[in-house]
Amino acid sequence: MDDRERRWMQLMQAALAGDQPSYERLLREIAPAIRSVVERRLRQMGAPTGESEDVVQETLLAVHLKRHTWRPSDPLGPWLRTIARNKLVDHLRRRGRRAEVPVEDFADLLAAPEERPSTEADDVERHLALLPDKQRSVIRSIAVEGASVGETAERMRMTPGAVRVALHRAFASLSARLKADE
Amino acid sequence: MKTDDLIRGLAADAQRQRSLESGLALALAAGLAGAVALFAMILSPRAGMPGLLMEPRVLMKFVVSLSLAAVSVWLALRLARPGADARPLAWALAVPGSVLAVGVAAELLVTPAQGWMPGLVGHNAVYCLSLVTLMGAPVLAAALFALKRGAPEHPAWAGAAGGALAGSLGAALYALHCVDDSPLFVLTWYGLAIGFMTAAGALIGRRTLSW
Repeated sequence: MDDRERRWMQLMQAALAGDQPSYERLLREIAPAIRSVVERRLRQMGAPTGESEDVVQETLLAVHLKRHTWRPSDPLGPWLRTIARNKLVDHLRRRGRRAEVPVEDFADLLAAPEERPSTEADDVERHLALLPDKQRSVIRSIAVEGASVGETAERMRMTPGAVRVALHRAFASLSARLKADE
Repeated sequence: MKTDDLIRGLAADAQRQRSLESGLALALAAGLAGAVALFAMILSPRAGMPGLLMEPRVLMKFVVSLSLAAVSVWLALRLARPGADARPLAWALAVPGSVLAVGVAAELLVTPAQGWMPGLVGHNAVYCLSLVTLMGAPVLAAALFALKRGAPEHPAWAGAAGGALAGSLGAALYALHCVDDSPLFVLTWYGLAIGFMTAAGALIGRRTLSW
């Protein structure tokens, strides 16, 4: 286990305890690592690497929605690799490609470069447009416009609790829609 | 959407989540309550029940079913975690398996051969099959509901573990009522019922537990 994995595990532990800044930092650090591994796999398979950002976003969504399946006593690497591989396989299957991706292919996820700029992705965007109005507005306000939960609540005349619920439901249904998108 | 924006949104949803274990525990409590309610509606404990637990053949039914339930919980949780290898745990299935094997061997050694078939056929085989399944059903629903929060690499296997858990708890409940004590009966009919629930869990899990 290297220093980076140890740091990520500490961030994840803090995240599971509800520490938002640590969680955001963790997601920002793992995104480029996922991106670099996914790009390489897609290239090896002769698939367009332009799709890699879709896989990165789906993986981040899954990491988010399944974060309680990681236990602080377990290493983070195998957990993260398995999720990333699962989402790459899903993505390839949806695009009609047979996908055999051994999890070992993701072994270098923890050694991946830290800096790798994101490219555009459209799967999440496309499904976002199909969400119920309230969920979509909450996601837009918080994620895209960078408003806080409180500001969003005020603007949308909702309670902060209702905004949190709508935000969580929105991510859950985004992930379910991506999964069902055959 | 830009990945940076997505991350900002995800981080805003950083509330604490219930662990997989406590989620499963809560769901199982609800599922078991349903199964016990069914038992209370349809069945009653057999005469002389708590005392009969001193009887090895009666006790064995509970040891086999409850140890299988415990192993199934352990397996289901492991199977629902990404990157956790459940295979090393499969040996634990030998615990209920070997208790049952010892029981069957003892029955064959100790009782005369002409008693084997009547013991196997028992009094209420069909009853046993359908009631174990019926009482297992709420537990299966609860287990699958809880496992849905997991992220199994092999959804069918996770579902199978949930099914084995439901079947073995249904069997343990039915054993409170069941007057057929031959290990041959347990092997055949309890085994069939639990096998059926396991297969049902695998089939449903394959569809519902993928993520």
